[in-house]
Amino acid sequence: MSGFFKRLRETARLMVGQPPYEVYLAHMAKHHPDAAPLNRVAFFRNRENARFSGAGGGKCC
Amino acid sequence: MKHIPWIILALIGAACLAVLATVRGEQINALWIVVAAVSTFLVAYRYYALFIAQYVMKLDGRRATPAHYRGDGMDYVPTDRRVLFGHHFAAIAGAGPLVGPVLAAQMGYLPGTLWIIAGVVVAGAVQDFMVLFISMRRDGKSLGELVRMEMGAVAGTIALAGAFLIMVIILAVLALIVVRALAESPWGMFTVAATIPLALMMGAYTRWIRPGRVGEVSILGFVGLIAAIVYGQAVAASPFWGPLFTFTPEQLCWILISYGALASLLPVWLLLAPRDYLSTFLKIGAITALAVGIVIMAPPLRMPPLTQFIGGGGPAWSGGLFPFLFITIACGAVSGFHALIASGTTPKLIAAETDAPFIGYGAMLMEAFVAIMALVGASILDPGIYFAMNSPAAVLGTDAVSAAHAVTAMGFPVSADLLVQTARDVGEHTIVSRTGGAPTLAVAMAEIFSHVAGGSAMKAFWYHFAILFEALFILTAVDAGTRAGRFMLQDLIGLAVPSFRAGTSFLPGVVATGLCVASWGFFLYQGVTDPLGGVNTLWPVFGISNQMLAAVALMLSTVVLFRMKQQRFAWVTVVPTVWLLICTLSAGTLKLLSSDPTVGFLAHANKFADAVSAGQVLAPAKSMEQMEAIVFNDRVDAGLCVLFLFVVISLMGFTARTCLAALREDRPTVNETPAQMVPAE
Repeated sequence: MSGFFKRLRETARLMVGQPPYEVYLAHMAKHHPDAAPLNRVAFFRNRENARFSGAGGGKCC
Repeated sequence: MKHIPWIILALIGAACLAVLATVRGEQINALWIVVAAVSTFLVAYRYYALFIAQYVMKLDGRRATPAHYRGDGMDYVPTDRRVLFGHHFAAIAGAGPLVGPVLAAQMGYLPGTLWIIAGVVVAGAVQDFMVLFISMRRDGKSLGELVRMEMGAVAGTIALAGAFLIMVIILAVLALIVVRALAESPWGMFTVAATIPLALMMGAYTRWIRPGRVGEVSILGFVGLIAAIVYGQAVAASPFWGPLFTFTPEQLCWILISYGALASLLPVWLLLAPRDYLSTFLKIGAITALAVGIVIMAPPLRMPPLTQFIGGGGPAWSGGLFPFLFITIACGAVSGFHALIASGTTPKLIAAETDAPFIGYGAMLMEAFVAIMALVGASILDPGIYFAMNSPAAVLGTDAVSAAHAVTAMGFPVSADLLVQTARDVGEHTIVSRTGGAPTLAVAMAEIFSHVAGGSAMKAFWYHFAILFEALFILTAVDAGTRAGRFMLQDLIGLAVPSFRAGTSFLPGVVATGLCVASWGFFLYQGVTDPLGGVNTLWPVFGISNQMLAAVALMLSTVVLFRMKQQRFAWVTVVPTVWLLICTLSAGTLKLLSSDPTVGFLAHANKFADAVSAGQVLAPAKSMEQMEAIVFNDRVDAGLCVLFLFVVISLMGFTARTCLAALREDRPTVNETPAQMVPAE
């Protein structure tokens, strides 16, 4: 059941443009071990800006 | 053996469709439509989507997707397909699939139902799926870039300009729906206005108090929303506050235009992002609740299967079944706008190519299901109420007595008492001529929700809940769309003037925002002041433009199939392309050239221009200035139709040329990113 709720939470966050932070950390650790990753809040802000600053806009009619 | 359950499902669907198509003269249950739709969708997904995946696209589960070979943990992230389905569905579903079917119900429930079911299976879901596939094989590039890559730079620029025009029309028509829903409704206006301070507080919370806690802040916001709806009743009733929140459509139009300009320049964390949380979660929640409510209530359909308006002359929108039904229901059956979403964030998040049918085809089926629910909602209402709400004031007069008289004369008997009582039940002054589809759907949702929870005492609450839910995500789409339109415009002008591109300096952003708001504001103002209610004029233009974008996306898909040397399967995209071209080209030409002034823009303009030169004032205009404004607006709309026709016809030429060139080659010529295989774990 916890898997289900984790996925539900992940879905809800991705719906508003927030991918999972843990995956980002894992990616940075694996591919860029020398670079300092963004902290959780900076990552949140980065995604928040990205969602609304392109011609995509992420919304439909 | 494995096919047996599917055969049974197909038989159930066929049986329900047969019942729908043949029962006449008695009311049938809405669940027949729901079951017919759901079983058709499941069978189509199991066979048609997988056929396209395996034979037409030849998807390869081992081929790395952009999320793998470009993975950065931010934009490109391999994502669980169920999670991504939710993301993609939330991005494509909006007001379109709710409003179009409600308007289409003026022809009865049958034409709309059949078009949604057939359209999504053959056209809409195929388009979303194909564009997702094309973008996924090209690093997740956007529609404009894809057209440029496969059909050349000129075609790409034309497609980009077309997409911007469509964006402008969408924003205008969405804003118009909000204006129609909130005008003269202090309760609705208060609750929607309350979302602004609420969003600002939520923005401050995620900025300074608990950054990143989306769930927490959304729950707080939701509590605030419910409080605003409850408290709104008292505000509307108050002799001081009530009039303060009562606006005419024209006042609301200016409020929305200034709001749109301001909101798209504010930092996103302050207003846009928090409102995005509220509107997204409320939208998903309300759609789920509606599905559950319809199944529990199992209401009978009171709208007849067909009305006399299939030949044209309907009050909600003009024109006959062909071609106008097929452009009135755009989103839900096939929506070109989805091509922008399917080439947006989703292709960058797909974990494996074999997830694409579930996400591309599946999410669109889900949207069609939403459209079916909206159609059911409009059809469970008393037809008398439906037509009293959706006819323009020019037809109905302004009070319940004249409206009841006019609607009864149409052949849908209704008493003035019922109209007054319905308005009182939902806590409004009047329901006469509340065009735009949103109020009608809200009355239907109030009917369904109050049946499940709260009884008739809760109807007014549920009505304003439904209005809030629609207005909230439309307003979010207006902000986000204005921002997106601004970036599109900067890209477009940047082609000629490179210093105008985004990120170079502050001024181009402000100029582009201003241009974008002015463009949709112009059409909004025109719609608001239109004596026929505006929706009448603007919705068909929106439908034509949206279906034309769909045709463009499907033409791109056809080109790609030819360049893959898969032309023997090209019928998959050619059939819906041809259908959409027939519908949009004939609708566009009719809107332009029809000699019937209720349909053709130029005929209408000429009628009024002749009157102007004869010195007459024709109803519904009240002065010479209004007469001239009508002529001018008609000519602008006609010009817009010409532009859309130009976009589509020129892209048809590019498509034919590119397909013929691909046929002459003896090997594939697509510009896919070279295949890399996912390393075995």
